[in-house]
Amino acid sequence: MEKDNLLEISDLTVQYNTDDAVVHAVNHFNLNLVRGEARGLVGETGAGKTTLALSILRLLPERVGEVVGGSIRYNGEELLTLPEAEMLPLRGKKISMIFQDPMTSLNPTHTVGDQILEVLDLHFPEMTKAEKAARVDEMMTLVGIPPERKGSFPHEFSGGMKQRIVIAMALVAEPELLLADEPTTALDVTIQAQILELMRQLKEKFNTSVMLITHDLGVVAQFCDSVSVVYAGRVVESGPVEAVFERKANHPYTAGLFNCIPDLNDNQPRLRPIPGHMADPRVVHEGCCFADRCEFATDRCRKEPPVMHTCGDHGILCHLYENKEEF
Amino acid sequence: MTIAKRRKKSLSEYSTGELVMYRFRKNKLAMFGVVLLCIVAVAVMLAPVLSSYEAVSQMHVSDRFTAPNKLYIFGTDEFGRDLFARVLYGGRISLLCSFAIIGIAFVVGAVIGGAAGYFGGKVDSVLMRFVDMLMAVPSTLLAMAIITALGNGVWKLVVALAISQIARFARIVRSAVLTLRNVEYIEAAKCYGCSSLRIILKHILPNGIGPIIVSATLCLGQTILSISSMGYLGLGVASPTPEWGTIISENKMNIQAYPYLGLIPGICICLTVMAVNFIGDGLRDAFDPRTKN
Amino acid sequence: MSWLKYAGKRLLMLIPVIICVTFLLYLILAAAPGSLARQLLGDDATPEQIAAKEAEMGLDDPVLVRYVKYMADVCRLDFGESWVNGESVLTRFATRLPNTLLLSVLAMLFACAVGIPLGIGSAIKQYSLLDYGSSFVAMLLFSIPAFWLGTMCQILFCLTLHWLPVSGFDNWKSMILPTVILGANTLATMIRMSRTSMLDVIRQDYIRTAKAKGASMRTVISHHAMRNSMIPIVTQVGVSFAGTIGGAVVTENIFNISGIGTMLLSAVKSRDVPVVLGTVIFVTIIVGVINLVVDLICALIDPRIDLAS
Repeated sequence: MEKDNLLEISDLTVQYNTDDAVVHAVNHFNLNLVRGEARGLVGETGAGKTTLALSILRLLPERVGEVVGGSIRYNGEELLTLPEAEMLPLRGKKISMIFQDPMTSLNPTHTVGDQILEVLDLHFPEMTKAEKAARVDEMMTLVGIPPERKGSFPHEFSGGMKQRIVIAMALVAEPELLLADEPTTALDVTIQAQILELMRQLKEKFNTSVMLITHDLGVVAQFCDSVSVVYAGRVVESGPVEAVFERKANHPYTAGLFNCIPDLNDNQPRLRPIPGHMADPRVVHEGCCFADRCEFATDRCRKEPPVMHTCGDHGILCHLYENKEEF
Repeated sequence: MTIAKRRKKSLSEYSTGELVMYRFRKNKLAMFGVVLLCIVAVAVMLAPVLSSYEAVSQMHVSDRFTAPNKLYIFGTDEFGRDLFARVLYGGRISLLCSFAIIGIAFVVGAVIGGAAGYFGGKVDSVLMRFVDMLMAVPSTLLAMAIITALGNGVWKLVVALAISQIARFARIVRSAVLTLRNVEYIEAAKCYGCSSLRIILKHILPNGIGPIIVSATLCLGQTILSISSMGYLGLGVASPTPEWGTIISENKMNIQAYPYLGLIPGICICLTVMAVNFIGDGLRDAFDPRTKN
Repeated sequence: MSWLKYAGKRLLMLIPVIICVTFLLYLILAAAPGSLARQLLGDDATPEQIAAKEAEMGLDDPVLVRYVKYMADVCRLDFGESWVNGESVLTRFATRLPNTLLLSVLAMLFACAVGIPLGIGSAIKQYSLLDYGSSFVAMLLFSIPAFWLGTMCQILFCLTLHWLPVSGFDNWKSMILPTVILGANTLATMIRMSRTSMLDVIRQDYIRTAKAKGASMRTVISHHAMRNSMIPIVTQVGVSFAGTIGGAVVTENIFNISGIGTMLLSAVKSRDVPVVLGTVIFVTIIVGVINLVVDLICALIDPRIDLAS
């Protein structure tokens, strides 16, 4: 089947070389993102989701973060070997990113208007000053901030408003791909819904593909077309939201995540937490990385790493699904 | 296929203190500083063995300006006094005074800053006004003014320099206490009824001690410099009592002709201060590895 | 004009500081062992002579009375006369100030002009030769006592090589060495401070945001990192200036420059209290004004600082 893949990540492996240890943040990571798709990336804190986003933009911390293997192809073009000078026009113009914490992701000494304007200055030298100013005003209006406030500094805004500014900044160049790293985690629940709704509208308007990084399955169900569940730097399950959320066939980890959501219709004990802790990213696993916490784990799981078993678009990285034709 | 690495003791299994020591020991410059400071400290402590107190002031008239040789390792000065003995005994004064100054300044500063930070409110504003007042005057000037009042003498110099450093420690301790005061585990400790003193000693001190130790160490280096500067200016310790600064000042006129008279004591000061600074930097990196990158 | 109001407030706040500092010094002075009059007159002075001298100097009054009298005089800009030669403290200070001020400003300029670019450069090119080199220089300058460096440089460049004049402070040639020696310690501070500050800023999230926008490293540094990293550096300049004025005592004495430092040292040695007290007051005011200027500059750079509150 041929699909218009905007982003193809295959076998990506990233590690952090710290003084104390080597941290295996992303391991043999595979992901395809179809143009126009909204993909959710779900997993616990420390699963390597942010590292993945930074690898796509090639903004891993210098010297410490290292891509060990694999490839990231964007529109068919390999990003990992692209010279820095050719990477610059992609960043902010074609691929842009929203960071987790709006409190710290804006420069405190520049006005918010200037920070939005900078994207235009960098990528659209042909635009006149007046055109750029008009575009900034338009964008601020779109995200719901009166353009009169463009002369204000970030500390004069609330968290939700700052995130709106960040979104305006990320979308002002109408990028093809938006990497949203937990865009709503730092915000109040009521503001979260507003921001998600705003992002959905803008995604439709600009026909942007989105990779939404979150630990909240609810957000995925609300916003995304498809979902990849990430554990210990690997995709353990991926597929269309409907297929995954059907809860008929899931990776034990995904099932565990679902059990952590309170279900009012169920008479079962309300929450069933996943036992144990996140796998230590400093340790290389011989078998399945989830085996230590998995209730179905066998000796084989501890020795032999599982492969992805697929049924249509739905893939599960688990020995349990080895001989199942359909799930 | 990935092969499991042999699992060492995982870093998360170390306590904070062990982790700090582990990082510190891995820092080569810091370890070099420790070795260097130990050599200086041992040499200075063994001064009566390596030389003798009589040698400090004993004048060998026939051996004036002897370049370093087997008998006089560091040579002799214009009165034929053994420079080795003078530098060793001078180091005693420099090092002991520095530690005394830091000790006094630390204790007084910790009490002031700790009380200000912990109790807050009126206590804080009164104590900090006092500290601001001390900070408003350059520390060299403050020390010199106090020496004017007290007069010359080793212990008076120690008091003067200690007073001029109190403000700095009070501020550091206060900010350490302030950042920890509202941390959840302190709140928790308060909730299950720990006394103020217990909270300060058991919870705030061990967690906030890092930056305090670091700045005390770095301050120690600067204090060694201050003492010898004062000695050079003829304040506090006065010639013929040997002190690294006074040794240089009393030989000032002869350094051009006999460079070892200036080089040897000068290098002694530099190496000692450098050793202390290496240790201070190493401790800083060990306590807060983020600052290293 | 919020900054004018702020400046006025800050200057007024200097008054209680000066009152407290001088009072503290007065108290220490009163508690100090030994009679100052005896010291001034020499050991062979008779008790009558000492008593007469004490009465003359007003030393027989209680501390508090003496202090109030002194402060009343200070309010009328009368800082008293030197106990040693009877000169007016104010005129002596005024004639000596220009040299010290010029020396300190030159030293600060030298330290900043060399130190800040070096520090920022080594932060940007971390782990480069520049980084290791300037860190090494900073480490060295931190550990070398200024008096020793000054003495050795004087012997090398002035007495042996005859490149520079041995003493004085009246032409550019004679200013080079004192400036460098006095600035050496601050130079080390500036290198380290600007390196740390720049590294700290580079690690911030908003720098990552700027990179994600597609700005080149050069633009990120010049447009985003530079201004933010200047905030702690400017603060450090203020702190260092106070240290530089203190350090001038040593430098002026090595190079025999007629400034506040040489005056203060001889006053301390002869326990000439009015001169020392006057100097402390003046320098406190100067340092206070400098710190005020620094805070105003910081408020200019950092929009988060609100002078009104």
